[in-house]
Amino acid sequence: MAEAPVLAVRNLRKHFVQRKGFPNPVTVTVRAVDDISFAIRPGEAFGLVGESGCGKSTAARALLRLIEPDAGSVTYRGEDVLAARGGALKLLRRKLQIVFQDPYSSLNPRRTIAQTLVEPMQVHGLARGADALARARALLDEVGLPAAALDRYPHEFSGGQRQRIGIARALAVEPELIIADEPVSALDVSIQAQVLMLLKDLQARRHLAFLFVSHDLGVVRWFCQRVAVMYLGRIVEEGPVEDVLHEPLHPYARVLRDASPVPDPALRAALPRIEGEIPSAANPPAGCHFHPRCPRALPACRESFPATTEPAPGRRVACHLYPAEDRASVR
Amino acid sequence: MSAAPAPTGNGAEAAAIAEDSPAPRRGGLARLVGLFNANWTSWAGLAMLVVIVLMAIFAPLLAPYDPLDQSILNRLKPPSADFLMGTDAFGRDVLSRVLYGARISLIVAIAAIGLAMVAGGTIGLVSGYVGGRFDVAMMQAMDVLMSFPSLILGLVIVALLGPELRNLIVAISLTAVPPFARIARAPTLAVKERAFVEAGRALGFSHARIIFVHILPNVMSEVVVMGTLWLATAVRVEASLSFIGLGVKPPTPTWGGMMRDAFENILDAPWIAIYPGLAILALVFALNLLGDGLRDATDPKLRGE
Amino acid sequence: MIRFILRRLLAAAPTLLAVLTVVFLIVRVIPGDPALVILGDQATPEAINALRARLGLDRPLHEQYVSFLLTALSGDLGQSMVSGKPVIEELVAVLPHTIDLTLASLLLGVVLGVPCGIWAALHRNRFIDYAVRIVSLLGLSFPVFVSGIFLLIAFALTWRLFPVIGTADLNDWGDRLHKLVLPTIALGSVMAAYIARVTRSSMLQSLSEDYIRTARAKGVPWRVVVWRHGLRNALLPVVTVVGLYLGILIGNSVLTEIVFNRPGLGRVVVAALTQRDYTMLQGLLVIYCFLIVVVNLLTDLAYGFIDPRVKHG
Repeated sequence: MAEAPVLAVRNLRKHFVQRKGFPNPVTVTVRAVDDISFAIRPGEAFGLVGESGCGKSTAARALLRLIEPDAGSVTYRGEDVLAARGGALKLLRRKLQIVFQDPYSSLNPRRTIAQTLVEPMQVHGLARGADALARARALLDEVGLPAAALDRYPHEFSGGQRQRIGIARALAVEPELIIADEPVSALDVSIQAQVLMLLKDLQARRHLAFLFVSHDLGVVRWFCQRVAVMYLGRIVEEGPVEDVLHEPLHPYARVLRDASPVPDPALRAALPRIEGEIPSAANPPAGCHFHPRCPRALPACRESFPATTEPAPGRRVACHLYPAEDRASVR
Repeated sequence: MSAAPAPTGNGAEAAAIAEDSPAPRRGGLARLVGLFNANWTSWAGLAMLVVIVLMAIFAPLLAPYDPLDQSILNRLKPPSADFLMGTDAFGRDVLSRVLYGARISLIVAIAAIGLAMVAGGTIGLVSGYVGGRFDVAMMQAMDVLMSFPSLILGLVIVALLGPELRNLIVAISLTAVPPFARIARAPTLAVKERAFVEAGRALGFSHARIIFVHILPNVMSEVVVMGTLWLATAVRVEASLSFIGLGVKPPTPTWGGMMRDAFENILDAPWIAIYPGLAILALVFALNLLGDGLRDATDPKLRGE
Repeated sequence: MIRFILRRLLAAAPTLLAVLTVVFLIVRVIPGDPALVILGDQATPEAINALRARLGLDRPLHEQYVSFLLTALSGDLGQSMVSGKPVIEELVAVLPHTIDLTLASLLLGVVLGVPCGIWAALHRNRFIDYAVRIVSLLGLSFPVFVSGIFLLIAFALTWRLFPVIGTADLNDWGDRLHKLVLPTIALGSVMAAYIARVTRSSMLQSLSEDYIRTARAKGVPWRVVVWRHGLRNALLPVVTVVGLYLGILIGNSVLTEIVFNRPGLGRVVVAALTQRDYTMLQGLLVIYCFLIVVVNLLTDLAYGFIDPRVKHG
C-alpha cells in the first residue's frame, strides 16, 4: 500500500471544442474528460469502467499524449509526462505502452510481423539486426505464436492472433505499464478468455502494471485489483474491485453492476432499472451529472457536483449521499 | 498462399487459434497482377510503351540517318525506300527525327511527373496527416493552382522562364502537383485514423517515420496509378508546348516541334506532320491504356464487378 | 436560389483574390524587365526609366499590388503595353470566337458522348462496350493540335469540304457556323471521349444500385428503369466532369485557334507572351480564372436541377 505509484494522474482534463453552423456558429464543448485523478501501483491492474462515450478511452489517450490534454498532471515515477519533450518523451513512451481495441486496424497491413516487432526496438536503440530478430522471435513465443509468423503479413492472421501480435509489439520496448483499451471486446468470447489469460500471465511474469479500460464488468472483475467507475467524463467511484463491484457506494456504480450479467443466479434479485437516457457529454446536467437518472437523488444533487470523499479506507466516491464528515455511516 | 501458421503453446489454445483463422486470401500484389491480366488492353499498352522506350534508347542504332543532317538535294521528299517517312523542308530524315524525338517526350514526361509525384505526394501526405488549418490552407493553395488551365499555366511559365528543357520540366510538373496532392491526401486522411498510426506515436516514432514509413506505402498504389495517367498528359502538354514554339529549342527533334515545322508545308508535304503526330498519339495512347488498366485493377469500386 | 448563388460567389471570392495575387506575382517575380524587353537592348537608360515610370514599375511592389487589385476589381485590366489599347477591349473583341468554339465543342461532346456511354453501359463487356472504351481512350489521347492537323489534311486539303483557316464574320451566322465545323470536331471529340467514359462508368454504377433491382422486381419495364431511374442518377458525375474539363477545353482552345488560324483568347495569349505584353498577360490570366470560377458556379447550379436532394437553401 505504501509503495509509490508507477503512474499518478491528477485532475486530467480534455475538452473538445467544436464550432458548428453557418453563418452563426455555435460553440459546443464536449467535456470528454473532466478532472479525473487516480494512481496505479507497480504490478497492479487498474480498471477504468463506464458506458461507451463516458470518456474512458479519451482519458487513456490523453495520459499517453496521443491527444494532448488541456489540464492536469500525469507523472510516471515522479516524472512529468505532460511536460516531457524530445528524448525524455521518447523514453517515457518506452515505459508506457498501449494495446488497442481493434486488432484489424492496429497493425500496418503493408508490414510483416518481423518489421512490426523490430522497428520499435530499432527506434529505441534496444537491438538491431539478427539480435532484434531473435528478440522478436522470443516475443512471439511469449504471446503464443510460432516464429514462422515473422515473415507473414497481418491479413494472414485471425483477430485473436493479431491481438497477440499487438501485445508483442507493445512488449518489444519493455514497458512497465500497459494501457489496454478494450483489448478483448472486439474478439469472439472464446478468444477473449485466451487473450485475457495471456495478459494475466504477462502481468505476473513481467511484473507489468495495467490500466485496463473496459465496459465489461465481468472482465474487469477477473483481471483487475482496483477499479474506477466513470460517468460523463468524471470518476464517480474508485476502490478495490471486490468492494466496488459487490457493494457499490455510488448509485451509478450500483446501476452499472446490476445491469451487467452476474454469474451467480442467486444474486439476481429484483433490481432497480436504470431510468432515462444517457445525457450527452456536450451538455451535461447541472450539479451531479447522474441526478436525472439517479434513484436516490437529493435536492443538493441538482445544485453542485459532489466532492470526492473517502467513506472507507481505500474507497473514494463522489456523491452527496456520502458527505465528508459522515464516514461511519457506510458500514 | 498457405493457411495460418501452426501455433505452439497448449493444446486448447492451439485448436482455438486454428479455428479462429480466416480463409486463406491472396496477397495484394498477386491480386493486382490477376486483375491486370484480366485486361488485355493494359498489356497492349505496356507492350506499346516498351517498344517506344526501346526505340528512344536505341535511336542511334535504329535511325538510318543523323536526325540533324540537312540535305538540300533531298528536301520535302515523300516516303520512299530511301526515306521511309520522307524528308522535311531541310532534307532531314523524318523517321530518324521521330525516333530521336521520343527521347525528349519521355525525358520531359518522366522527369516532370516524377517531380510532381514527389512534391505533390509529400504535400498531400503532410497536409492530410497534420490536418487542421494547415491542411485547409494547403488545399486552398492547390485549388488556386488548379483554377489555372494547366496548358495556359505551363505556357506562361515556360514563356517567362525561357524555353529550356529544365524549365519545361518544372512548368509541366507544377501543373501536375495539385492532383497528386489531392490523390495522396484522401487516403492519408483515412489511414491516419487507423490505430497503427496511433500505435506508432505511442511507440515514440517520429512524425516523419510515421508519414513516410507507415502511411506512404498505403497511399502509394493510388499515386502510381495516377502517375501513369498523368504521364500521358505530360507527353501531350510537352508536345503542345513544342507545337506552340515553347518546347526544347530546334534543331533538337521533338514531335511537337516537328509538327510545327511541318505546318508551313502542310499542303505539299503532309507526311512531315502525319508521322510525328502518329508517334505522339501512340505514346499517349499506350500510357492511357496502361494507366486505365492499372486503375481498374486497383479501384476497389471496380473490384466487385 | 439567389441566396445560394450569392453564397457561392462569396465562397469563390477568396479563391479569386488568391488567383489575382498569384497572377500578379507570376508576372512580377519572374525575371526579365518588361521595359527592357519592350524597348530592346539598344534603348537608353533614360528611355527605359521613362517607360518604367509610365508602367508604374518604379513604385514599390505592394503599391503596385494594391492598385492592380483595385483596377482589376473595377473591371479595368489596364492598357496593353504593346498596342496601348485597353486590355479589356481587346479581350472582349475576341471572346465571342472562343466562346463559340467552347460551347460548340461542349455540345458536340455531350451529344456524342452521353449516348455512347449509355450504349456501352447497357452492353457491358460486349463488343460495343469494348469498342466505345477503346475508341474513347484513343480520342482522349489525341493532343488537339494533332487531331486538328489530321482533320485539316483529311477534310480541307484532300476533300476540300471546309475552309482551312479564317476569321469568321461574327455577324454572318452561316459563315460563323461554317468555319466552326472543323475546330469543333477537333476539340469536341476530346470532350466526347471524356464524357462517354464518365457516362459509362456512372451508368454502370447506378444500374447496380438496389433501387434498380427493386424497380425491376416490381415489374417496371427495362426501358423505363434505364431512363427514369438509371440515367437521372448517372448524370450527376457527368455534370461534374463537364465542369472540370471545361478548364481543359478552354486551355486546348489555344491549340485549336493556332491550327485553324482562328482569333480568340489563345492566340492573344501566345502573342502577349512573345511580345512580353505583361498587362495583357495579366488580364488574360484573370479572365481565364474568372471563366473557370463561373463554370464551377454553373456546375453547382446544374447539380440542383438534376438532383432534388441538393437544396439551394
